[in-house]
Amino acid sequence: MLALDHVGKTYPNGVRALEGVTLTVAPGEIVAIVGGSGCGKSTLLRAVSGLDRPTTGTVMLDGDAITAPHEKIGMVFQEPRLLPWLSVAHNVGFGLEDRPKPERNTRVKAQLDRVGLTEKAMVWPRELSGGQAQRVAIARAFVTRPAVLLLDEPFSALDAFTRVDLQDHLLDVWADTKPTLVIVTHDVDEAIVLADRVIVMRSRPGRLYEEIVTDLARPRDRQSAAFDFAKRRVLAALDRSLDRQVTNDGAETRTSAGAALWW
Amino acid sequence: MSSVEMSVEAKSTAAPGRSVITRSANAVATLERLLLSLALPVGLAVAWELAVRAGLSDGRLVPPPSRIFQEFAELWRAGELSRHVVATLLRVAVGFGFGTVAGTLLGALAGYSSLTRRLIDPTLQGLRAVPSIAWIPLFILWLGIFETSKVALIAVGVFFPVYLGTMGAILSVDRKIVEVGRVFRLSGFAMVRRILLPAVLPTYVWSLRAGLGLGWMFVIAAEFMGASEGLGYLLIDGQQLGKPAEIVAAILAFAVLGKLSDALVAGAAAPFLRWEDAFGAPQREA
Repeated sequence: MLALDHVGKTYPNGVRALEGVTLTVAPGEIVAIVGGSGCGKSTLLRAVSGLDRPTTGTVMLDGDAITAPHEKIGMVFQEPRLLPWLSVAHNVGFGLEDRPKPERNTRVKAQLDRVGLTEKAMVWPRELSGGQAQRVAIARAFVTRPAVLLLDEPFSALDAFTRVDLQDHLLDVWADTKPTLVIVTHDVDEAIVLADRVIVMRSRPGRLYEEIVTDLARPRDRQSAAFDFAKRRVLAALDRSLDRQVTNDGAETRTSAGAALWW
Repeated sequence: MSSVEMSVEAKSTAAPGRSVITRSANAVATLERLLLSLALPVGLAVAWELAVRAGLSDGRLVPPPSRIFQEFAELWRAGELSRHVVATLLRVAVGFGFGTVAGTLLGALAGYSSLTRRLIDPTLQGLRAVPSIAWIPLFILWLGIFETSKVALIAVGVFFPVYLGTMGAILSVDRKIVEVGRVFRLSGFAMVRRILLPAVLPTYVWSLRAGLGLGWMFVIAAEFMGASEGLGYLLIDGQQLGKPAEIVAAILAFAVLGKLSDALVAGAAAPFLRWEDAFGAPQREA
């Protein structure tokens, strides 16, 4: 279980990026974190990953205090961040260096197969499209079988078609080992497609504001009424988090929150 | 089927048939590049040769290619050419070796540790501002007139670009890539071997080539300050005896050796840099 207890982060210049974040995420649960820009959602993810240390509070994973990157915690960034000097297969196997070669090869092969890029195994990352590169990044994160996988706006740089494709794809790969997923996003549709729980954050100081349980049946139909209803609830919460007037006109609410998320 | 999957298939089906066509197209392209690069120098040489033959000039101060070739042949036959070339090559090689080792070590230290950088970089930048030729009198006093002072001068010339290039390359490694290493919990040494080393290699190779270029520049300065052999000596000799053909022959030898040694460094590094995806990287199929 991933447990955050009063996690706070104050930068040396006095900016309180995060304050009093308390949250537990069960094994295999998928949590999406949304919020306006500058609300500290990436700061939160970096604290959980161990890349940055919070100034107050603790992050615990199954009883281990997380103060540095942990072998059970994987991360997918907004950019693929593939190592350009390694072939696709070697990029996927990057975290398996300590394993015997036969095992590494089998696991890399299986994972590449899983993301549908077997025939790209020997090419350089520069030869991949944006969507393919991000799939390799996902394979690289999953191949070490982490208990927790953190995703920091993983699909925000992709076009709409590829994004939907990769969301389905992520769920598909997730189903193999069912790790805990914490995904930061500014795309409300994405949050609802993926998550069991959507957490809305509020800024200055960054803190958890509202939580919406989105336990729709999977696979989720993006056109269904239940999906639309969940989306309205998240958008309304977002509007509240940004101190916007919540009107009865659903359409207007949606555009205002959407704009707030982008700018 | 999704758009991503379709594009994957399209690429893989296009792959097998293209190799033969690409290869012959590449050969033609290489030939074309070679011919284009030779057009200007060969054209000028032929034009001057014809001008001298036609009596438009006596070619005494600016010797035509045939006379330079003759000079080469004479130097070669007397064994002079190889003696001078070997002497110069040795000086450059040893000086380049020392300069590269020192520049790489200090550059890596300064790039990796900010304490070391704050300690040594201001001093080295100050020394870099001194035109290296200015060291000649001091080196002669300290190290004598013979080989040691010459090699030292060349090493100083090579040192600064290599030092700067190594330090700069390390400092400009993408933080985002380093974070990938951190997520996979790479230790200090593994981080250097698996992330930093490959990441700095392209810039480092450029700095080696810049250093080598300066090495060739400084070997002339070194040989001007009193040498009994070497291409620099040949230059001075040609001037004092009024033999422009000998001077031009030595200059040409410098050009050939400089180009060859540079190609050697670039060629040795090329297999490690095939992954490069930069503005200047070799063209690839999109």
